[in-house]
Amino acid sequence: MNYQIIVLVKQVPDTKAISSKAMNPDGTLNRSALPAIFNPEDLHALEAGLQLRERYGGIVTVITMGPPSAAEVLRESLYRGADEVILLTDRHFAGSDTLATSYILSRAISKTGHYDIILCGRQAIDGNTAQVGPQVAEKLGLPQITSVEEIVQIDSGKISAWKGVERGKELLEVPLPAVLTVVDTASKPRPPSAKKIMRFKKAKAPGEATPEEAQALKDRGLLIREWNAEQIGADLSRCGVQGSPTKVQKIKKVVLKAKDIKQYAATDESLAQLLQELIQEHTFD
Amino acid sequence: MNYFTDNEDLQFILDSSDLAGIIELQERGFREKETHDYAPADIEDALDSYRKILTVAGDLAANIIGPLGERIDREPNSLAQGKVTYSQPITDCLRSLSQAELMGCIISRQYQGLNLPSFIFTMMVEIISRGDASIQNIFALQGIAAIIEAFADEEIKARYLPLLASGAATGAMALTEAEAGSDLQNIKTKAEQAADGTWRISGVKRFITNGNADIILVLARSEPGTTDGLGLSLFLCEGDDTVVVRRLEDKLGIHGSPTCELQFSGTRAMLIGERQRGLVTYVLALLNGSRVATAAQAVGIAQAAFTAARSFAHSRKQYGRRIETLPPVAEMLTSMKIAIEASRALTCETARILDLSQLTAQRLAAEDIDNNTRKELRKEAKQLERNAMLLSSLAKYYTSEMSVWVTRDALQVLGGSGYMRDYPVERYCRDARITTIYEGTSQLQVQSAFRGILSGTMEKYYEDLCAHGFPQSLGSQAKRLERWRKIIARSVEQLNSKKDAQLLDLYARPVVDMAVEILVGYLLLKQARFSSRKMKIAKIYINNSGPRIVMKAAFVRQGSKHCIKDYELIVGAAVI
Repeated sequence: MNYQIIVLVKQVPDTKAISSKAMNPDGTLNRSALPAIFNPEDLHALEAGLQLRERYGGIVTVITMGPPSAAEVLRESLYRGADEVILLTDRHFAGSDTLATSYILSRAISKTGHYDIILCGRQAIDGNTAQVGPQVAEKLGLPQITSVEEIVQIDSGKISAWKGVERGKELLEVPLPAVLTVVDTASKPRPPSAKKIMRFKKAKAPGEATPEEAQALKDRGLLIREWNAEQIGADLSRCGVQGSPTKVQKIKKVVLKAKDIKQYAATDESLAQLLQELIQEHTFD
Repeated sequence: MNYFTDNEDLQFILDSSDLAGIIELQERGFREKETHDYAPADIEDALDSYRKILTVAGDLAANIIGPLGERIDREPNSLAQGKVTYSQPITDCLRSLSQAELMGCIISRQYQGLNLPSFIFTMMVEIISRGDASIQNIFALQGIAAIIEAFADEEIKARYLPLLASGAATGAMALTEAEAGSDLQNIKTKAEQAADGTWRISGVKRFITNGNADIILVLARSEPGTTDGLGLSLFLCEGDDTVVVRRLEDKLGIHGSPTCELQFSGTRAMLIGERQRGLVTYVLALLNGSRVATAAQAVGIAQAAFTAARSFAHSRKQYGRRIETLPPVAEMLTSMKIAIEASRALTCETARILDLSQLTAQRLAAEDIDNNTRKELRKEAKQLERNAMLLSSLAKYYTSEMSVWVTRDALQVLGGSGYMRDYPVERYCRDARITTIYEGTSQLQVQSAFRGILSGTMEKYYEDLCAHGFPQSLGSQAKRLERWRKIIARSVEQLNSKKDAQLLDLYARPVVDMAVEILVGYLLLKQARFSSRKMKIAKIYINNSGPRIVMKAAFVRQGSKHCIKDYELIVGAAVI
């Protein structure tokens, strides 16, 4: 069986390297002050895709949306063994929130034609919304398993996986095609391979190269495929700032003051006491 | 974390070394760029790839191997039915190294390797060793591929090299026997040729690193009736059922590296190269490489220990202050760091000379050169070979001794905590301890290096290092080194004038100590041209060398032979 496996990845600022310069005065992110990295959970999604390919056969296509410089995560995907990579880039995509992003991604996935499994990280470390995966599934009308800890198997057109839930996990099975969002326990990402680095470090997106350079790269199979809004048939009113109802109003630094945890026994009296305290503290009104 | 990108000194050496000549030779005019999609197109491309590959190794060592170090140390490999099974953490590390395609670094592209120069491989060995010293033993055994590629016939190369390069097979080198350790000429393992020309090996080998390997090179006596090195040939055999691991050694350190006693019982084997050249040509050719790899391993362990000690000294407070502000602690940490940088300079320079030596020899073997060039090249190759032998002995000796005291002092910096197994430093001490022993003991390296000093190779090499002169700001340091060279010459003269072989054996070590100290002084002076920090390091190093040189020379002048003359009196009767 040859599965068409699509992995959605994102280039994100490395939030571990945050400094005082990380935020602009207007509350937006100062991307130049932070190194750009492969979103960690997406790396696990890629690994899950590569392992499925090794187990069942297939093609792993990695898609990202971003400026031409986001091609770096596509090169890193090639270093680890992706078969195909596609960069979605267009100035109309700029400022997309999760709704617009999932719309653009779903258009691109449709354009690839045939797909069986769509994988992505549960969430990205810059926004931590965990919305894009589920929204992509919704837009494509596909079943989804979120927060996947372990893919069990593909059998007779169905994929099963363990999904993490509070204090435990659930085993779910959905028919293909399906969307799976994975967490970092799903699989340990393999290191990039030395030979693939030496080969694909020269791969570039058209936006990173001059036209002559692009032609030469194309001849050597090193030109990264790039799709814009028109090519994926996107409705511009649903892309970018225009298509994004989410607006950042204000950024506030929240300091959690609570120092200790308080435990209540699972008895009626104890719970009544808890409710009483919450009302007194105006947590419940 | 990344053990390459967090190591400024390694990056400094990579950036400041002139590798153009080596890359040109290694890539033979970049002719493979048409046939292999991962071959470099030019020098810059190659350097860029090296940097990227070292970054992958640094990532792997810091984030996969390093965190498994404690488990590797404590979860033993196991032996059952004559076969060894790697522990889980070792298996995981090896899988990652194979996935990263780092198991065939020095194999040429024709056999699916990366075709890296020894210089880059040596840096990688240091990086991996900092993650875990014992993984490095299995990792660096890819060095046996160099022997296969250089001397075996095409059929063997085509069959085995791609297996090593992909990591599908690991290698071992079976030389040592119970009665043939340092003295390899005494090997008893037999190789017998049947009427149909096939070879079979029988005998027992001891202390074989990774003896459970899939591909084993065995040194065996192919000429019945002989007792010397000329009766030995080198064979390749597979680790099949006729190769039984009789014993898995229980060692002080490097626990992840399985050290095996191997029994061969009529094992089918293939001859590498020609008969009778096993020890005298092929094994000797491997020695330089294995010495520089051990040197890099020693530097990697020392770097790991230093990093732990430095962090501890920074965070630990006593008497209301960070202990790194206490002069005795600061003294230990600065001495350790300077010694590590000195050792790294020497190790990398040795790797550079090794590359030049091997590549020049290869060029000489190529047929398309005219007679005059050949004559010149032959002369150059000879000199490079002498330099490579001398430097690899010096590097192995100097860095392994350094690693033992640096790990010891790192433990001292941690005090009581260092003695506990909660911290990794005691493990570094145990791991470092082997480096002065295997691949030729310190004593053997001293003997070998001493020959290079007596023959004038050392002095000629100093001349090479001075050929381009030193800037004015370093002039006085360079002059001091030059003066000390005369002290060595005098010491050698004094020893020679007595015409006493025992005296030469006894005082080889202080003379070699002086020689290596001067050599490192020159290497640091070369580095000083590129960085003001290095200028400071070079000056401190050379200032500290002065008293040591004077002291060693005084010992030689004194020339006491009490350890031989009064041996029984001093040591007393042996307790049996």
